[in-house]
Amino acid sequence: MRRSALRAFAAFMAAALLRPLQSLAGGWNKTAFDAKAVADALKGIGVATTENGDKIAFKAPEIAENGAIVPLEITCEIPGTRAIYILVDKNPQPLTAVFEFDNGAEAFVATRIKMAESSSVRVIAKAGGKFYATMRDVKVTIGGCGA
Amino acid sequence: MADPMKIRAQLQGDLADVKILIFHPMETGLRKDGVTGQIVPAHFIQTLIATHNGKTALEAQWSMAVSKNPFLHFRVRGAKPGDKIMVGWVDNRGGKASIETTLG
Repeated sequence: MRRSALRAFAAFMAAALLRPLQSLAGGWNKTAFDAKAVADALKGIGVATTENGDKIAFKAPEIAENGAIVPLEITCEIPGTRAIYILVDKNPQPLTAVFEFDNGAEAFVATRIKMAESSSVRVIAKAGGKFYATMRDVKVTIGGCGA
Repeated sequence: MADPMKIRAQLQGDLADVKILIFHPMETGLRKDGVTGQIVPAHFIQTLIATHNGKTALEAQWSMAVSKNPFLHFRVRGAKPGDKIMVGWVDNRGGKASIETTLG
């Protein structure tokens, strides 16, 4: 009797933990991620015009030895930043990642991405309904998209 | 099977500083298998969510161009000891995993 109650409790806990995941499962912007041109990727994420992104502190290596692992760190000092987008111009599909912030999350993210070849990397921030853009050129010694 | 994810969440004042490492191949779908010569199908995390005491803090959408064994570092304000941070993801094949930790 106790064992089945425990099992039911465990199942309930597992479901409770995974419930937020269900809501996200459909939320992947296929149009934007499938886009092969930067302009189409930008259109897919709703970016029409961008303002100067001077307040986006974007750290990336000047030269990435391994294009499969390029570390990026982004801190956005624009108040009310709700989202950060990362695009790699020369990747087969430029849109690489979208991060959306809420409930006290800081406009800060660090991660590692793949770059097929040396390319501009764009970071776009969404704040107050406007988009701000900055970019850096990252040189890649060994491309990181395929063998 | 190894842990699918590792999490390290540190409290710095009221700031939760969270680092996660996810063990996932993040296959681009562009790579040829060295032995068979066949293209290895795309297999990558598409969506990720992080919650703070059940409230959504971060929602991420990824392409296959996020590196293999993804690393992610983010921060949440307004945190205190005992608060829970949960991170979960879903990949393009419906695979999923999540991890939870309590802030010290």
